Amino acid sequence: MTGEEARQIVRALLHEVAPDADLDNVSSDATLQESLGLDSLDFLAFVDRLHERTGIEIPERDYPRLLTIDDCVSFLVSATLPGQSPT
Amino acid sequence: MARFATIRKLRWDNACVPNMTDYATERARFSWDEARRSLDGLPNGRGLNIAHEMVDRHAAGGHRSHVALRCLPRHGARTDLTYGELARRSSQFANALDRLGVTRSDRVFVLMPRTWWLYVSVIGALKHRCVVSPLFEAFGPEPIRERLALGGARVLVTTPDLYRHRVAPIRTLLPELRHVLLATTSTPASAPRRETATEIPGTLDMALLLEAAPDSYVIGHTDPEDLALLHFTSGTTGPPKGALHVHDAIVSHHATGRIALDLHPDDVYWCTADPGWVTGTSYGIVAPLAHGVTSVVHEGGFDAERWYGVLESEGVTVWYTSPTALRMLMAAGSEMARDHDLSRLRFVATVGEPLGPDVVVWSSDALGVPAHDTWWQTETGAIMVANYACMDIRPGSMGRPHPGVDATVLARDDQGHVLLDPDGTAVEAEAGLDGELAIRPSWPSMFRGYLGGDERYQACFSGGWYLTGDLARRDAEGYFWFVGRSDDVIESAGHLIGPFEVESVLMEHPGVAEAGVIGVPDPVAGEIVKAFVSVRPGYEAGDDLRLDLLGFARKRLGATMAPREIAFDQHLPHTSSGKVMRRLLRSRELGRPRGDMSTTEDGP
Repeated sequence: MTGEEARQIVRALLHEVAPDADLDNVSSDATLQESLGLDSLDFLAFVDRLHERTGIEIPERDYPRLLTIDDCVSFLVSATLPGQSPT
Repeated sequence: MARFATIRKLRWDNACVPNMTDYATERARFSWDEARRSLDGLPNGRGLNIAHEMVDRHAAGGHRSHVALRCLPRHGARTDLTYGELARRSSQFANALDRLGVTRSDRVFVLMPRTWWLYVSVIGALKHRCVVSPLFEAFGPEPIRERLALGGARVLVTTPDLYRHRVAPIRTLLPELRHVLLATTSTPASAPRRETATEIPGTLDMALLLEAAPDSYVIGHTDPEDLALLHFTSGTTGPPKGALHVHDAIVSHHATGRIALDLHPDDVYWCTADPGWVTGTSYGIVAPLAHGVTSVVHEGGFDAERWYGVLESEGVTVWYTSPTALRMLMAAGSEMARDHDLSRLRFVATVGEPLGPDVVVWSSDALGVPAHDTWWQTETGAIMVANYACMDIRPGSMGRPHPGVDATVLARDDQGHVLLDPDGTAVEAEAGLDGELAIRPSWPSMFRGYLGGDERYQACFSGGWYLTGDLARRDAEGYFWFVGRSDDVIESAGHLIGPFEVESVLMEHPGVAEAGVIGVPDPVAGEIVKAFVSVRPGYEAGDDLRLDLLGFARKRLGATMAPREIAFDQHLPHTSSGKVMRRLLRSRELGRPRGDMSTTEDGP
């Protein structure tokens, strides 16, 4: 998966969970919780969708790797590199 | 009733003897009058004031340099505030209110993240004998407007960010709101100089007000029955209810802090609840300060790794949190717990929703101490039923009534009303049978009314009991077991959400003809909010409208109260009076028998 593909997926899923969030005006290195107003349940819903959409296993210990949009993009890219495991 | 083995309390862990060592003995000897005598009261017989018991009496004694608050901000370094400092700053705030012309009984609302400002504002306003109402930081503009308007807010304390996004758009709708005070920094160390004074029109800079105010304040005569706190809670119908509490409530907060939370003078205590919910005030602010312990004030939301880090690095000894938080930690795996040194943790308690037996047992294994469920609500002001440090735990049980509290289960008729004898006394349910949990009035922190809702208040009492709206049963040994709500109120992640408030906002959307909102079971949150919506002609039920509605609701209500799921349904079931029948929506959703349909006008 390229960075651009990953970014599109992340943005689409964030929009599904928090359609009120203004994704165009959020800095991609701001935390999802603070910049988009996601609460813990929103975050869990986002992770579930990420798993459903990509098939990538995301155990709880990897949650700290998903704090910002940039984090999520790098996570998806590295997890889908051939022969790579995300964890 | 119990599928999990009883957890025995045979010895006192960590050689710390609980404040209550035998439940039956304490219940027999406990009296509220004696509990009241363990407080100081205002000097020279000037009455009883919560702020004096929380702060001034400690600051005047040997506790002056003891750390009251250990603030862990979202960003930046932690800050300690001693009892002496807290007394000084809260006095400045009381004086600042005085200078603004704010008087006794005026309503001061606090919409703040968990920083030291929040404590200073609440305590200072109580010193000035104002009525304080803390609001949940994550509320959207509509719940905020509704509460400020219902409560007749004179003063609002908030931050520039929260003001701009949540309050400025509704300010013109609040003519009674005279002063908006903005806290511009998160720590006293970084208190701003004059050049950072707020530049937002119609607001004042808290830091400047405090700087200019004297730092000593003599609390005026406070009758124990004077109003002190206003907490909003959700009902099935109508707007949120403002439950009124008086200064005498401190007697309950102090006694339950000693007995149910087992607070000892050297404890490091952490309550994870936001003060916008009653737990975060009664047990996040009042009880720990009344006991002179050190409270951890953590600003951020849930984060498993960070929360374990706080427990470990701050050496938390007593922890009051929610079943949802424990379930999320459980999901993160026991290894994460084992990676941290939690050996100082002595007592864990939870509140807000039923605590599953599996979580109690997990806590015992992973945290090293079992979780103790407690039960109470906004109206009761303090813990009423609990599991105690000295008492065996039956996992899944709410525990037994607190010393000084007379609780029972009342039998109900087919309509769900409590059964009354011909002489008007309520009939108690036999052990093992479901009924409505009820408490005998009165105890010091019992609510004294709903704001402007005398009828709603009177409806809470029957046959000499306060009716809690919760269904429970009692086993042969007097342990209480939660069964469910008797009304439509939703309990999600420890928050009580009124379906009416959510429905009202959805109905404001031009595409919505009608909405019914219920709680549906969720493995993490207990329940989540789900909305059933029928759409107006010209609108198409589909993903676009769903997302639009979700965004619409989240913007107005905030993430906590907004629906997590929306389903479209052009044939919502109705009662004969034309209201959406939530009970039927719920049973459809759960695939359970549909129950009594006699009040349905047209079936599904």
